Amino acid sequence: MREPGSNSKEVRRRNPTLPRDGSGFAWLALTLAILLWLATVWVMWQVKQVMTANGFQALWADILLGLVAILPLGLLFPASQSLRQSGAARRALQSENLIAARVHGSEAHTWAWFTLGYAGALLLFLLFVLFFIANNVAVGRTFFQLELIANSFGLILQAFWINVVIFLFAGFFSLVWGLVVAIAKLLPGKPAQPIRFIATFYTDAFLSLPSIIVIYLIGFGLPLTGIGFFRNLPLEALAVLALTLTYGAYMAEVYRAGLESIHPSQWAAARSLGLSYGQTLRFVIIPQAVRRIIPPLLNNFIGMQKDTALVNVVGVIDAFNQARIIASNDFNLSAVTTVAILFILITIPQTRLVDRLVERDRARFRQG
Amino acid sequence: MSFLEIKNVRKRFGANEVLRGLNLSVEEHQVVCLIGPSGCGKSTLLRCVNGLEEIQGGEIRLHGDRITGPGVDLNALRRDVGIVFQSFNLFPHMTVLQNITLAPTQVLRMPEAEAQEKALALLRRIGLEHKARAYPDQLSGGQQQRVAIVRALAMEPMLLLLDEITSALDPELVSEVLNLLRELAQEGMTMILATHEMGFAKEVASKVCFMYEGVVHEEGPPEQIFAHPRHERTQQFLSSIIEAGRL
Ligand SMILES: Nc1ncnc2c1ncn2[C@@H]1O[C@H](COP(=O)(O)OP(=O)(O)O)[C@@H](O)[C@H]1O
Ligand SMILES: [Mg+2]
Repeated sequence: MREPGSNSKEVRRRNPTLPRDGSGFAWLALTLAILLWLATVWVMWQVKQVMTANGFQALWADILLGLVAILPLGLLFPASQSLRQSGAARRALQSENLIAARVHGSEAHTWAWFTLGYAGALLLFLLFVLFFIANNVAVGRTFFQLELIANSFGLILQAFWINVVIFLFAGFFSLVWGLVVAIAKLLPGKPAQPIRFIATFYTDAFLSLPSIIVIYLIGFGLPLTGIGFFRNLPLEALAVLALTLTYGAYMAEVYRAGLESIHPSQWAAARSLGLSYGQTLRFVIIPQAVRRIIPPLLNNFIGMQKDTALVNVVGVIDAFNQARIIASNDFNLSAVTTVAILFILITIPQTRLVDRLVERDRARFRQG
Repeated sequence: MSFLEIKNVRKRFGANEVLRGLNLSVEEHQVVCLIGPSGCGKSTLLRCVNGLEEIQGGEIRLHGDRITGPGVDLNALRRDVGIVFQSFNLFPHMTVLQNITLAPTQVLRMPEAEAQEKALALLRRIGLEHKARAYPDQLSGGQQQRVAIVRALAMEPMLLLLDEITSALDPELVSEVLNLLRELAQEGMTMILATHEMGFAKEVASKVCFMYEGVVHEEGPPEQIFAHPRHERTQQFLSSIIEAGRL
């Protein structure tokens, strides 16, 4: 605000804030780095003790422990960089070179954060190792008995094939079924009202039902009705039906959100050229919606993959069911760990793919 | 009986009555300019003529045939009445050529080769033949808008509606679009355009209509409307346009 009455165009200026040299932060980073190194050496020593107590002795293991023990020394590099930069910042401040002080101060800050980030990760790793060897390696034995994993692997892998078949079929059917439901929900006009109503009711119902209940009701219920067709279906097919019904509702919501995300002006442009409702969907709306829809559809697909483990409630011998049988025979969960690892192995590439697709879409969007 | 007759048309959005018994008639080969303050219903009127909005009262006749109300084949109507929008609305996932040939091939069932030949001829006419394989986002605003006009022309409409088609353009790109309209007017294309380009309206319009409060408040030849507006509202509107340096 200029003072009333003063007409002169005075120059207004604010004193720049003094940058900080970041030395406190840098020292903190250095201290943490040193403490963590000591902690790592101690943890590795503990591991060595446990190994000796269990009569395990191997040169490669010792070398590995030694290497891990000196690894945290690497943290000293970013920590000392931070210290060096903060020193430079302090000198710049003393010679009143504000810009240089700001540059060095921010460098010091960056290096300190870098150190802290890796220190945090290292801390988590050490805690995990301690947990693993606690109570004379109880955790390790319960979940990661290598011998059991090796012995049961063949059986588990075979059973896992059932999961794969179920989710491939259910995935395909729910993708198709979801699109049908989504289009039914979006049909315009009065005559389509009952169809819209049914489609809405269906999605509401199946979005709120836990999939395990749907699987239970369909897997046990339909054969109980005694209708020949259902009685003769294998349990796996009923599982596919249950998952399709559940995930079809999810997929339908994704399709609908995607179709509705296309700006109404595209509808107006297409319809104004004389294209029918169906032609507009087919040539203008769906092609544009697809690239936005694919990542969330894949996410649903991944979710469904995990839910194939639920089919054990109706007695399908899938990987999880097989692993539970083995686990209760051996009083050990290592077989279940195998299943967990298999699920992780097939899912990670898919989540990475989703990330890539999302990134690609975002890049396109940024372009214009 | 005029070529296009808009009789007592009413249009509501909820409680907001935008068109309140609007009358307008357009003869063949006329260029009618709709002017009026923002929000007075110019776009709404054009969308009603094209069947993009349903009306709640009155009727619209094209060549004596009623094009509003139940039982009208909207897809057929839209073959005869083209519309171009302020925001171009090209299909971003199709090339320029595909944008132009989509409706002729799908709606008129024109063979692909013939549709392409025709589209290329239209593109040649606006000097954009070399952009046939480009995507809309690779074109300038002026180029996109000319493609949108040509896309509508490819359906050989009897009537072309243009809704503030230069409002979203940078000033230096406006003339290339107006030049195309000028040519179309000379060739006798019947057009209704909502516009803020008063200079252009003065030059090409057969009739200027000032819309206010959901009706055509005043209409007449451009010389009269711009030089001697009769109604106070029209005068106010035009003087604010002059103040903004647009006339
Ligand atoms: N789809 C719609 N839903 C609700 N109100 C609308 C819609 N389209 C336009 N309107 C309203 O109708 C009035 C006229 O809008 P419009 O025809 O776009 O005016 P103009 O084109 O003359 O600026 C405005 O008050 C606007 O808010
Ligand atoms: Mg408008």
